[in-house]
Amino acid sequence: MTGLLTPRWRPRRRVVGAISVTSVVLLVVVGAALSVGDRWTPPMQLFSALLGHGAENTVYAVVDVRLPRVVIALAVGAAFGIAGGLSQSVLRNPLASPDVLGIGAGASCAVVAVIAIGSLGGPIGAVPVPFAALAGGLAAAASIAALARDGALRGQRILLVGIALTAALTGLTQYLLTLVDIYDAQRAAVWITGSLNARTWTDVVPVMIGLAVLAPAALVLAHTNRALLFDDDVASGWGVRTARSRVLLVVIAVCLAALATSAAGPVAFVALVSGQLARRMAAVPDIPPVLAGLTGALLVLVADTLARTLFPFQLPVGVLTALVGAPYLLYLLQRSKPRKSVV
Amino acid sequence: MTIRATGARSRVPVTAFLPIGLAALALAVLASLLFGARVISVGEVLGALGGDKSVAATVIWELRVPRTLLGLLVGACLGAAGVLAQSATRNPLADPGLLGISSGAAVAIVVGSAFFGIAAGPARVGLALVGAALATIAVYAFAARSPEGITPVNMTLAGMALTALLGAVVSGVVLFDAATMDQYRFWVVGALSVPTPAILIPATVCAAGGAVLAVAMSGSLNTLALGDDTAAGLGVKVMRTRVLAGAAVVLLSGTAVALAGPIAFVGLIIPHMARAIVGQDVRRVLVTATVLGPVLLLAADVLGRVVARPAEVQAGVVTALVGTPFFIWLTRRPRRRERLS
Repeated sequence: MTGLLTPRWRPRRRVVGAISVTSVVLLVVVGAALSVGDRWTPPMQLFSALLGHGAENTVYAVVDVRLPRVVIALAVGAAFGIAGGLSQSVLRNPLASPDVLGIGAGASCAVVAVIAIGSLGGPIGAVPVPFAALAGGLAAAASIAALARDGALRGQRILLVGIALTAALTGLTQYLLTLVDIYDAQRAAVWITGSLNARTWTDVVPVMIGLAVLAPAALVLAHTNRALLFDDDVASGWGVRTARSRVLLVVIAVCLAALATSAAGPVAFVALVSGQLARRMAAVPDIPPVLAGLTGALLVLVADTLARTLFPFQLPVGVLTALVGAPYLLYLLQRSKPRKSVV
Repeated sequence: MTIRATGARSRVPVTAFLPIGLAALALAVLASLLFGARVISVGEVLGALGGDKSVAATVIWELRVPRTLLGLLVGACLGAAGVLAQSATRNPLADPGLLGISSGAAVAIVVGSAFFGIAAGPARVGLALVGAALATIAVYAFAARSPEGITPVNMTLAGMALTALLGAVVSGVVLFDAATMDQYRFWVVGALSVPTPAILIPATVCAAGGAVLAVAMSGSLNTLALGDDTAAGLGVKVMRTRVLAGAAVVLLSGTAVALAGPIAFVGLIIPHMARAIVGQDVRRVLVTATVLGPVLLLAADVLGRVVARPAEVQAGVVTALVGTPFFIWLTRRPRRRERLS
């Protein structure tokens, strides 16, 4: 993908530093998340429980209840983070992340449709929820790209198209929610808020496979990605096929976001926030995918742990991330540099 | 002082438009009385309105007449609110729904009903107005503080962020309360349903207040179209005009939400249709939009009743599905005079 003249890859000190710090914090938070719950597990007991020793109910709580949830939070967060970082840097727009563009709205609409049709006794009620989410997210992304009709995908128009599509899909979702009985409606409403409640190992598998395939691809292309930060002329002067690389990276980002959504629902604004936080922490012009992924994992894990322990009831994690992410979007709006006209 | 917009842009005189517009409105009203779970013939409608006692008469008087009147009021409010929002911010993409103003009103009502149990009758209108006012101030403040000012993109994004934030608050409230959720899901789609009589008087008073304010501001808004600096040079108090126009938007869209839930895109589409017909003069556009708003809303409502008979698709869903392609078309339209940012 990269040509001869692309600058040689070498680790950047600030990026490595930020990655190390984030990893250490992440490890601490993982330990904390495994320890807290209905009953606090002290570190020594936690360690032996992870190895399968100790009291039976401690092992059950740690290995069978908390561990899958922590792993899925990490996987979902990493996928959202990488997706957000990739799309923001490739589209050269700090606000162009999958959650602002309506990938989550597409997935939600598809999932609620499946739940509604199933609840009304229709034939495709048997479609698994993750599959529907994936299909809905990809369909939404394809429609946005087609409707924005912006070959370079760099205008602000893609944001407006995404918001408009989100409005229509939300209307449709809300209509579908009125058709089903109240229990299905509540189940669907929890899902579209973004929640990790009652997730098991089977929910982890698709997003882990997706990460295993797509994250390395994103890393390999990350170098190209840095070239895309410059003018297209500069990038193609370096031997980067700008149009092809851009489409490829956006497709990777959309797939990651859709997979994460299929596992946890559209956890609002994680992609937006982690991409931007990663860039600011490393203080580099591009968004290093590894750092964005770690940041996303950290965000979702912290938010989910707070959401399940802070209140007497389990709050869906999406409520918490939206309460933090939406103000951050407003803040970004005040900070961003003047942009080019939409048209 | 005010400036009258003249010239090639005023295509059809309002006096020529009004008869046609009112005829369309009469047609929409008639359709709204005729169609439903069961089609009632014109003869039966006339008979019922004339005082017959029949099942059809009961359906018409108890269900369809109140619903149609509600559609007239809400549609007029949304159309006028859209005109004011678009003129005051010179933003062709402004709409009380997309800017989060309706969400603000909706959240205030949900919170009021879940925590304080005060979302019935006049209190509902009060809650909606407070919520709409706070949301309007928030969106304007956030968009205005960004480096490039209140551009359409900034306002839309600020509205989207605000909607997401308020949506999270609502989710947190309704997800744990099956009863509130059950009411909420039917209301949030934006539907015309038979209103409780107690709410109609305060709602009508607020809508009338908004209309008076709108008419009073329309001259200054005409001048504002020339740009803030020019308008200030011509003696218009720019900030005062914006604040009062914003107050009118709050009154009109808050009333609409209290009556029918958040209905998006009517406030976006109608001003554009009105400008295409009568030109750029805000006063004419306002009159035209007040007539066309109910036509669109009633048409959407009738369509929703017909396509899914005997159930119905709520008017808010129909307007969202019709409005989205229109919004996308607006973002792509080559611009002559106004620029998107």
